[in-house]
Amino acid sequence: MKCADFLHELTDYLDGVMDAGTKAELEEHLAWCHNCYVVADTTKKTIEIYRDSKLYELPENLRTRLRTAIVAKCQSRKKSGSEGAPS
Amino acid sequence: MGAIQPKVSEPVSDELALVEAAKAGDVSAFEELVRRYDRNVFRIAQHITQNREDAEDVVQDAFFKAYSNLKQFQGQSKFYTWLVRIAVNEALMKLRRRRPERTVSLDEEVKTEDDSVPREVADWTPNPEQQYSQAELRDILDRTIHGLPATFRTVFVLRDVEGLSTEETAEALDLSIPAVKSRLLRARLQLRERLNKFFQRRERVNGSQKPSSGDGNQ
Ligand SMILES: [Zn+2]
Repeated sequence: MKCADFLHELTDYLDGVMDAGTKAELEEHLAWCHNCYVVADTTKKTIEIYRDSKLYELPENLRTRLRTAIVAKCQSRKKSGSEGAPS
Repeated sequence: MGAIQPKVSEPVSDELALVEAAKAGDVSAFEELVRRYDRNVFRIAQHITQNREDAEDVVQDAFFKAYSNLKQFQGQSKFYTWLVRIAVNEALMKLRRRRPERTVSLDEEVKTEDDSVPREVADWTPNPEQQYSQAELRDILDRTIHGLPATFRTVFVLRDVEGLSTEETAEALDLSIPAVKSRLLRARLQLRERLNKFFQRRERVNGSQKPSSGDGNQ
C-alpha cells in the first residue's frame, strides 16, 4: 500500500467503517510509515478539537429571544389559519 | 489508533409524536422541537454564513419555515435531517446575498490538490488545545475553518461537528455519498494542515531530539 492509497481510505478509517481486511492493511502501513501515522493522528485530533470546542455556542439569553420570536410567529400563523391548523 | 468516537444521539422515540402534535396545530409541541435543535441550527448557520446576525435570522427563518411546511414532512427521514436541510438552504441564501460576487453552491467542483500526500509532516504536542486559552483557541478554530470553501465547511460541520451520518449529510445537502466523502476528506486534511502552525510540537534544544531541520530546502 502506498501513502496515497492510505490517504484515500483515511476518512473511512477514522470513522471506523471498513472491513477487517482493509483495516489490517491500513494498520500495517501505519506501523512503518511515520508520515501517514502523524497525518492520521493529527487529523483525528483536528476532528476531536472541533467537536469538543464551544465554538458558536448559543448564549442562553439569545436562545430565549429567538425561541420566543419563533413561537410568536408560529402562533400568529396558526391564528391566521392559513395552514397548520387541524383540517 | 482507534476510530473517533461517534456522537451519541438522543433517543428520538417521542419525536414523531411531537411532530404529529405540531402538525395538528400544537405550537408548544413545536416549541419543544425548537428547544431540542436550536443550538445545532445556530452552529450550522454560523459556520456557513460566518456572520452572527445572519445566523440569528437563519435560526428564526428555518424553524418558521419548518413549522409552515410540516405537512410536507413525511417521516421518511429524521426530523432533524429534514430541518438541517432547510437551515442549510436558508444559510446559503444569506451567504449568496452577502457575497453576490462569488457564486456559492454546494456541488461546485472545488479544485484542490486533494490526492497529494502531505510532506514534511510534523507531529503535534500531546494536548495541543491546552496550550491556548479558551478565547485564543476559539479564535484559531474560527479563523481556520473560515478559510475553507463553503462546501467543505458545510460537510465538515454536519459530519464531524454535528455528528450526522454520511447518508444523512448527503440527504441534507443533496449531494451523492461519494461527493460527501471526498469533500469530508479534503476538509479534514485542509483543517489539519492549517492548524499545524498552531499545534506543532516545538522541539527543545536540550532534549534528545535535534533542533528542527526546518521547512527550508536542504
Ligand atoms: Zn504512508
